[in-house]
Amino acid sequence: MIKNLLSIDQLCVEQIELVLRTAESFREVGTRTIKKVPILRGRTVCNLFFEPSTRTRISFELAAKRLSADVINFTADSKTSVTKGESFKDTAVTLQAMGVDAIVVRSSSSGAPQRLCDWVDASVINAGDGQHEHPTQALLDLYSIKERFPSIEGLRIAIVGDVLHSRVARSNIKAMTKMGAEVIAVGPPTLLPASVQSWGAQVSFDLDEVLPKLDVVYLLRVQKERQNEQLFPSIREYAALWGLDRRRVAMMKPEALIMHPGPMNRGVEIASDIADLERAIITDQVTNGIAVRMSLLYLMLSGADQDLEVLP
Amino acid sequence: MRKTILEAADIKRALKRIAHEILEKNRGPGELVLVGIHKRGVPLAERLGDEIGAIEGTRPPVGHLDISFYRDDFRTRQPSEVSATQFPTGIDGTTVVLVDDVLFTGRTVRSAIDALVDFGRPRAVQLAVLIDRGHRELPIRADYIGKNIPTSMKEDVKVHLAETDDHDEVTIGSPK
Repeated sequence: MIKNLLSIDQLCVEQIELVLRTAESFREVGTRTIKKVPILRGRTVCNLFFEPSTRTRISFELAAKRLSADVINFTADSKTSVTKGESFKDTAVTLQAMGVDAIVVRSSSSGAPQRLCDWVDASVINAGDGQHEHPTQALLDLYSIKERFPSIEGLRIAIVGDVLHSRVARSNIKAMTKMGAEVIAVGPPTLLPASVQSWGAQVSFDLDEVLPKLDVVYLLRVQKERQNEQLFPSIREYAALWGLDRRRVAMMKPEALIMHPGPMNRGVEIASDIADLERAIITDQVTNGIAVRMSLLYLMLSGADQDLEVLP
Repeated sequence: MRKTILEAADIKRALKRIAHEILEKNRGPGELVLVGIHKRGVPLAERLGDEIGAIEGTRPPVGHLDISFYRDDFRTRQPSEVSATQFPTGIDGTTVVLVDDVLFTGRTVRSAIDALVDFGRPRAVQLAVLIDRGHRELPIRADYIGKNIPTSMKEDVKVHLAETDDHDEVTIGSPK
């Protein structure tokens, strides 16, 4: 297995399938009374978060704890060394000196995890970097789809909304097309990057036209903080043109799934009553996230010392 | 050159005897749960369940246990394929018979006992193996043994079962 996970590009189909298969066993661990296994005892995982995050950080924290690893949470808020002027590199070197085995990093700068790899011996896992990638989100989304469909190959999936700024969209388009799905990026032209076709996705500006053909509709969060960039006229207009409401759900195939990476803006990209439908598997995505992250930590950290012995 | 030490009929006879021994020691199949350790302990546990069912008329529940997450050689070993763990019933207060193909260092059984206590508190845990090849590294012994085979550390014992390897056979060989 790979040492660092920075991008979906690093994983081949077989490796993705191994991660998903192993996650099934961790899903079973999550249903036990004692939801903890001892395999990462004595290992230390650091969550290094330079950007606010609730679910991803908690998910990684729970994943590491359920593997019996020790967890440090470093969140760059007003009280930390970052505000005192410590550089990213010095923070990394400090963690290295403390002997952590894995660093889970979230940053608003694309490529930050890549830089981190150059400075530390620990395994680095990208938990979202700028507008680049969020590979663990894509893996947990694949897992959630696989729970409901026999195979991802041949499925038609639309990613709807702000594809331009979304690392979730980027990782998911790569992962889903790699597994043989047909992916359509849907949204206003201002929010679809010109290069989206080069990632392997088709493009559509008309949600109503693609909805009846879909097996999965994947809604992206409207990043309200980007409102002042004038990429769409108003939240209300966005909801009317791209929001998933009862009328649009009625156009979908009966077995088609609704997904969202969270946090949701109810009433914007998804109507409140739609988010609570049985086919909206948003809470499954959250539950599966823990199992998939356990699977990754397990596969990435096991046998690590064997590799070290091989090195000169 | 590999030498056959048990053929299909020998394996069947050994399992039948172990089934009788389990019943004798536990005075019947009540409260019994058989738990096979992946990979080859699972089909053996299922077969023992069938044998006990044929003798007593009631088949004890059979569970499957994967010990990957309880191993003690995690730091130096590449991860192997993880199989599904499943228990048909709770194990609180039952007598669990762990079933595996070969008893060697005892480390797998140590991991399995660790895993087992995460699922409940059995009244007793017993161990049934098809082959005991010696060289224990931990204070562990089997309660039921198909065949004792003295081996050297250089030799390896391979159990083939129809469910996992097309046919039933136990062989011994020394890799050069």
